[in-house]
Amino acid sequence: MSRFFFTHRFLILRRISQITLLVLLIGANRWGWKIITGNLTFSELFEKIPLTDPFALLQVFAAGASVKQTVAVGALIVALFYVFLGGRSFCSWICPVNLVTDAAGGIRRGLKMDFEDEDGFIRLSRNVRYWMIGISLILSMLLGVAAFEFISPVSMMHRGLIFGIGFGWMAVGMIFLFDLLAVRNGWCGHLCPLGGFYSLIGRNRLIQVRHTADLCSRCDRCIAVCPEKEILSEVGKQSGTISHGECVLCGRCVEVCEENALRFGIRKILKRRKT
Amino acid sequence: MHERDEKPKPVSSRRKFLFQMVRSLGMAGITGTAWGAYVEENKADPLILRPPGAPPEEDFLKQCIKCGKCVEACPYDTLRLAAPGDQKPLGTPYFVPRETPCRMCTDIPCVPVCPTGALDLDRVSKNRGNMEIPDIARARMGVAVLDESSCLAYWGIQCDACYRACPLMDKALTIDYLRNARTGEHALLIPKVHCEQCTGCGVCEHVCITQKASVRIFPRDRVMGKADPRYIKGWDKRDERRLLNIPDRFTIRTERSRRKAQDYLNDEGILYE
Ligand code: SF4
Ligand code: SF4
Ligand code: SF4
Ligand code: SF4
Ligand code: SF4
Repeated sequence: MSRFFFTHRFLILRRISQITLLVLLIGANRWGWKIITGNLTFSELFEKIPLTDPFALLQVFAAGASVKQTVAVGALIVALFYVFLGGRSFCSWICPVNLVTDAAGGIRRGLKMDFEDEDGFIRLSRNVRYWMIGISLILSMLLGVAAFEFISPVSMMHRGLIFGIGFGWMAVGMIFLFDLLAVRNGWCGHLCPLGGFYSLIGRNRLIQVRHTADLCSRCDRCIAVCPEKEILSEVGKQSGTISHGECVLCGRCVEVCEENALRFGIRKILKRRKT
Repeated sequence: MHERDEKPKPVSSRRKFLFQMVRSLGMAGITGTAWGAYVEENKADPLILRPPGAPPEEDFLKQCIKCGKCVEACPYDTLRLAAPGDQKPLGTPYFVPRETPCRMCTDIPCVPVCPTGALDLDRVSKNRGNMEIPDIARARMGVAVLDESSCLAYWGIQCDACYRACPLMDKALTIDYLRNARTGEHALLIPKVHCEQCTGCGVCEHVCITQKASVRIFPRDRVMGKADPRYIKGWDKRDERRLLNIPDRFTIRTERSRRKAQDYLNDEGILYE
């Protein structure tokens, strides 16, 4: 049993992180708790520290609105955190849609339907999400409303869990089926512009997965389990850090590696500069 | 042989690249169009009622970041965020007065918590000696419209439920006493909404006793007209002051008005032509 906890330590921590945040926010709405209030687009920690979704604010700006200082400061705080520390960790430690896509991915792996995308009947480039960012901003500009916020299943699900979801379950179900049956890691790994946004700003984060090639036995289990396929391509060939922006820091590769060849680490800034 | 093998290659890879570029742009165009059409179709509900202190709908949609802070702050659970299926602009706050009206809190807790300024205290404040103090009576969430054909008071049955419930009783909603011509000896107690004062809180709609409310709230721009500024209530001293700063374009100049009245009246030629 304790072995299970060890091999799933990051999964358990991630679920705790995701669910605690949800419970706190639901409590804030239902019972007036004051620890963190609002939702993922904007919230306040201890009624003091503002936290804003920087991508949502970017759309608001593109739509041509001026906003109060609070949200702008909140966006700065969140952006700085992900730029310097967290990278794209939002996706696997905070985002509620991750619960759904992980479930779909888990079932895929369990049922051994996790074949290559190329054999699937929908082929999707992993770069579509970056196009989605562009389209979001252009549409926001043209239509005068934050365009992705209008269709975002992330906000829909999160807001829905706190304030009442209506038919939002349909969007959530759609993502589940899409990830389960159509494309492996379809939503988070291909389409979601929010994930794409954090990938872009999180390239130079401090927290990274480190690989020691000498220890690696080339079992490739990490590659099988990583939701972002191409980023572990150097495993077994070269020691170093996984510095791709796309890494969601889920720790699955670390958990699955029995040789201790993959670990979480802090990027050595000075060393990298020399090379 | 070698030349033949090598020559076409760079051309075809460049063509391939260009083709892929065009294809990506095309796909982006298709996605963008469908997505844009969806947003455009769903961004506006012409009859939606917003919290106090909101700007005109178009600006509100730009500014609101859908955080739900206003919803959390409302002690009466009046406000809610539009969920999928509500057929309202997704995630934005609104209220349904027949179910839960706005109770016009004097401290207006829903407004100052708004982080973006989509709800702005300045729009619901009055100036008292250099101090801005919240004044919910300035809110203009909508306006009450009364259906005379189903309102029992108009039938001659006494009902003043809406009048008594109105937080701005005798200002936004008054009772007119009219003679009941049918019986000849009773009065009609007719409720009357005064648009200039009505905040659109919806308490009247909430309490109306008819099966479907006979007094209902609509966004102000859907209901109210606007008089040309050149019309002035001459009997109202305050309104008359507007005369002082009426812009020129509202003064109509005709051939005749160029001259003084005395002059053209004395000039019979013009009068009887
Ligand atoms: S590299 Fe490891 S931590 Fe990063 S996304 Fe892949 S499995 Fe998760
Ligand atoms: S004024 Fe009071 S009742 Fe009305 S919406 Fe705001 S908080 Fe709710
Ligand atoms: S508090 Fe302001 S930004 Fe947040 S949902 Fe309400 S109106 Fe929108
Ligand atoms: S007339 Fe109705 S909507 Fe207007 S202020 Fe009175 S109760 Fe509110
Ligand atoms: S409560 Fe309804 S029926 Fe009664 S007077 Fe008012 S509008 Fe008429």
